[in-house]
Amino acid sequence: MAINTEKNTYTLLFAIGLVVIVGTLLAAIDASLKDKIRVNKTLEKQQNILYAIGINENEGNSVSFIAAEKAEEEFNKYITKQVYIQGNDVVEDDKAYLIDVKKEKALAKDPNHKRKLPLFIAEKDGRNLYVAPIRGKGLWDAIWAYVSIDEDMIIRGIYFDHKAETPGLGANIKQRFFMDDFIGESLLDNEGNFKGVTVSKTNLDPKNEDKYDNEVDAIAGSTITGDGVTAMIRSDLSLYQPYFNSLNNN
Amino acid sequence: MGLLSKKNRQLITDPLSDNNPITVQVLGICSALAITAELEASVVMSVSVLFVMGVGNVVISMIRNIVPSKIRIIVQLTVIATLVIIVDLVLKAFAYELSKTLSVFIGLIITNCIIMGRFEAFALGNGLWRSFLDGIGNAFGYAVILIIVGFFRELLGSGTLWGIPVLGDPIDKTGLYAFGYENNGFMLLSPMALIVVGIIIWVQRARSKHLIEE
Repeated sequence: MAINTEKNTYTLLFAIGLVVIVGTLLAAIDASLKDKIRVNKTLEKQQNILYAIGINENEGNSVSFIAAEKAEEEFNKYITKQVYIQGNDVVEDDKAYLIDVKKEKALAKDPNHKRKLPLFIAEKDGRNLYVAPIRGKGLWDAIWAYVSIDEDMIIRGIYFDHKAETPGLGANIKQRFFMDDFIGESLLDNEGNFKGVTVSKTNLDPKNEDKYDNEVDAIAGSTITGDGVTAMIRSDLSLYQPYFNSLNNN
Repeated sequence: MGLLSKKNRQLITDPLSDNNPITVQVLGICSALAITAELEASVVMSVSVLFVMGVGNVVISMIRNIVPSKIRIIVQLTVIATLVIIVDLVLKAFAYELSKTLSVFIGLIITNCIIMGRFEAFALGNGLWRSFLDGIGNAFGYAVILIIVGFFRELLGSGTLWGIPVLGDPIDKTGLYAFGYENNGFMLLSPMALIVVGIIIWVQRARSKHLIEE
């Protein structure tokens, strides 16, 4: 059977047919896998938060989360309280870790909207750790992190992730050599004002022995991703400072 | 004609040498520059492209007689994008860890001109089996260059291979670094990938003179 594939009507019908077939196929696959994907994403969040408070299976230089099957149980064990901060209120919410930071950031552009700032309080080895999810922009797309800090706003653990940074360059922010440098860095300067941690090309401290300089070494070839990390820490973590001030005053 | 006749075998072997997609056809250069800063990323990208090329070429070849030529490019794009999205969704549901590693490459695969190039140049005019061979042949040709470039960039740029330090510790000054050797940070930037590809092209043309254009 010979079809005249050059006719306009045929072209139009073919295009419509293709869109219908591909559209149905993708929608069907997406709908059938949606629940599974959502569960995976929730478990990943729990694994990330646990990673930030030091519950992981790191060996040598690897970055290994605890097994997905154990994530929920460990999460409930260590995370004693989940809250979100909205304006001056601190609201307890045991699903605070499911708050979409991306959405909250977008809503915050409206000056009338009071942004919800999730914070997860963990108890580990007899002391409290506060894990905050933050989000910013890298070179190509979003970058985000879970930062665990203590009452004095000193970083005790951090987990970075990204959507599409360049492999081998910006993508290395989720490598141990970069993440571990943040541990022990203070977010405050000597006077107690918020300063953040700068990813710096002039730090010249590859092992990050100086913990009081508010700086870590940048990765060669990843300037924009590094600047994104600096900006993300500054813009998002500074919002938590009032909470920590009130914590220390009480 | 047998399944692996001489002509069919050439579909696999040619892209590895005289008809290499990167060094001769100049396809897929962008991704060869973008993700070859380390060996592991090069290999992951190669495997992903191998899969998409193999399946994509077969699908395009299957529908080659009913695709209207006016919108064939759009149809090809739709096929690649659909395949990549399906793979992405399935991995997210059943192999989440793996999908995290691959997520960076998804965009690079869809825009990889090597795939469109082979759909257009080969699969639209050839049968299923030959298109499949052409697809994986070209993917192998692409992989060879990616791995060579990734090897040298990671070795000279970071002093590691597959993330494992092979030249000593640059901070503690052990191994080669004890003699004053330094990593060349420039190797990690894209322009050096282009220069490495250039050197490969030079070596290849010095060996096979017939590739040199008058």
